Amino acid sequence: MAILVNENTRVLVQGITGGEGSFHTRQSLEYGTKIVAGVTPGKGGQTFEGIPVFDTVEMAVSKTGANATVIYVPPKFAPDAVMEAADAGIEVIVCITEWIPVIDMVKVYTYVKSRGSILIGPNCPGVITPGARCRMGVMPYRVHREGTVGIISRSGTLTYEAVGQLGALGLGESTVIGIGGDPIIGSKFIDLMRLYRDDPDTEAVVLIGEIGGTAEEDAAAYITEEAYPKPVIGFVAGLTAPPGRRMGHAGAIISGGQGGAEEKIAAMKKAGIHVVETPADIGNTVLKALKKR
Amino acid sequence: MKLHEFQAKAIFKKWGIPTPEGTVAFSAEEARQIASEMMADRYVVKAQIHAGGRGKAGGVRIVSTPEEVGIAAGEILGMNLVTHQTGPEGKEVQKILVEAASSIKQELYVGVLIDRKLYRPVVMVSAEGGMEIEEVAQKSPEKIFKEWVDPLVGFRDFQGIKLGFKLGFDARLSRKLTAFLAKLVKLFEGIDASLCEINPLVLTEENTFIALDAKLSLDDNGLSRHPDLAELRDITEEDPLEVEASKYNLNYIKLDGNIGCMVNGAGLAMATMDMIKLSGASPANFLDVGGGANAEMVENAFRILMSDTKVKAVLINIFGGILRCDTLATGVVEATRKLHVDRPIIIRLEGTNVEEGRKILNDSGLDFQVADGMGEASEKIVSIIQSFA
Repeated sequence: MAILVNENTRVLVQGITGGEGSFHTRQSLEYGTKIVAGVTPGKGGQTFEGIPVFDTVEMAVSKTGANATVIYVPPKFAPDAVMEAADAGIEVIVCITEWIPVIDMVKVYTYVKSRGSILIGPNCPGVITPGARCRMGVMPYRVHREGTVGIISRSGTLTYEAVGQLGALGLGESTVIGIGGDPIIGSKFIDLMRLYRDDPDTEAVVLIGEIGGTAEEDAAAYITEEAYPKPVIGFVAGLTAPPGRRMGHAGAIISGGQGGAEEKIAAMKKAGIHVVETPADIGNTVLKALKKR
Repeated sequence: MKLHEFQAKAIFKKWGIPTPEGTVAFSAEEARQIASEMMADRYVVKAQIHAGGRGKAGGVRIVSTPEEVGIAAGEILGMNLVTHQTGPEGKEVQKILVEAASSIKQELYVGVLIDRKLYRPVVMVSAEGGMEIEEVAQKSPEKIFKEWVDPLVGFRDFQGIKLGFKLGFDARLSRKLTAFLAKLVKLFEGIDASLCEINPLVLTEENTFIALDAKLSLDDNGLSRHPDLAELRDITEEDPLEVEASKYNLNYIKLDGNIGCMVNGAGLAMATMDMIKLSGASPANFLDVGGGANAEMVENAFRILMSDTKVKAVLINIFGGILRCDTLATGVVEATRKLHVDRPIIIRLEGTNVEEGRKILNDSGLDFQVADGMGEASEKIVSIIQSFA
């Protein structure tokens, strides 16, 4: 089962012949991911590691039945790549690309919504379901194990940190999703928590947040409203971040007195989320929460 | 990227948004000259720094003659302005804007920014012009009126009219405001702005709108398609170490603590800063060396960290994914040797090629404190702080 991607996922790679795209396609193949097609305009008819390359997403979908795509194209072309995938009816679109202008994402987000696709990212490490060996993104797959913990994270390396700790404790993940560090992203905590709620393979959910925006507060409100049925473990990075500065991620900024870590942590605690003070405690807190069930 | 008021006003002019007549000056004499050519009834002399709250801090003067402009300019130039946005250390004024004063009937606030909840630009107006808008938002949010820009149809006239009537204007003035706002939204989208504020926007005695102030920040992600705007970056407003770091594509922000840190990934970098604080010390910086860092970048990062004299110890926290631990270790060893680092270095490595990385550190013969996990790294910081005490 898991969420978003599983053993029935037929992966398309947009930008398969580029530097990032080719490197990570090889890694995913090594892992065992079912990659059925690539798209690079102008290189249709070629193959990459035995995978057929097409000029357009539409052709790739009609010839191979691809139903999910991972996008590694430069920021200038990424907005179009996402919309092309949505237009071709791809269900799950994962956009790794960083540096897409925010005003472009406003349009991309609206367009993707209107087509009914799910967008993960941009500026994210991607999605992985270890049980199906489906890796769409750039995460170091060796740290992942199959298990029952779902992770939704705004940060790449903090996700690896959490996954590493789970593995050391003998735990594993159902699906891990890096939602991205930009101000406008395709899916937020809430959107994905709904999917984890209905997934029998997921027993607990880890939320890794950071300063900027109100996604953590929204998640907290959602948990309270829904009386969320699964334990949620949370961490928020940036308690020591100065206001008005972009902390690496375009979306990680406290502005106009909003988006600070303290408010987020307070809201999450109030909603009953097990908030850890340091990422070093994510693993054992998940273990405790699972034992209590 | 932040812009100065005079830069923002030049952009406004280009997009057909009225601003007072004015020119930037770098000396008192230049300011006097500009004023005498302007021949206005009254003049405004405004400090140009990357921070709001300049008026309250004494960085804005209204005077009557070009001679007084020269005197005011002489006093403001070189001043260290401390406002609620500069931090306690303040900012030195290096340039001023000389403008013809406008006739003011009413002061308003106008702002355009991206609403992070609704994922679209929002246009905000308020009759509380000239006030700090954060304060208005907190104390009386009902005095701020908002309209959102639909990504499919853009900012529509009816939205401007609605805002005009909410501000108490008649139909004629509401239409004028609408035209003004439409231009502003076009500018916002056209230059990839992340924030555009006019506070105050002035309604003159002649019933025209004029941007008395202008604040523009640009979306860094959009800068590559506006090379002309990218050139407006004023590095004299930035920390010298941050400027140096940006040359090597290092994501570095200087803070005022005593433990330097070097991390890969923005989230882990923030979490590491937080952990340093939890351990009882304080972080000297934010530094994300990124996923694609090579040994040379690591070396430069290390050099920049060490040139901050407040730094008493350094914590390196790496979870190698794309960035391999052996690459990082090589860079750190080389940098430590070259720079003759005498301060303690705590290193926590995990992930891709971690064994090779640890071996490089151990074989170097240098005195690194290798930590296993973030918990142990934290303990090592605590013991280092205790050794200072």
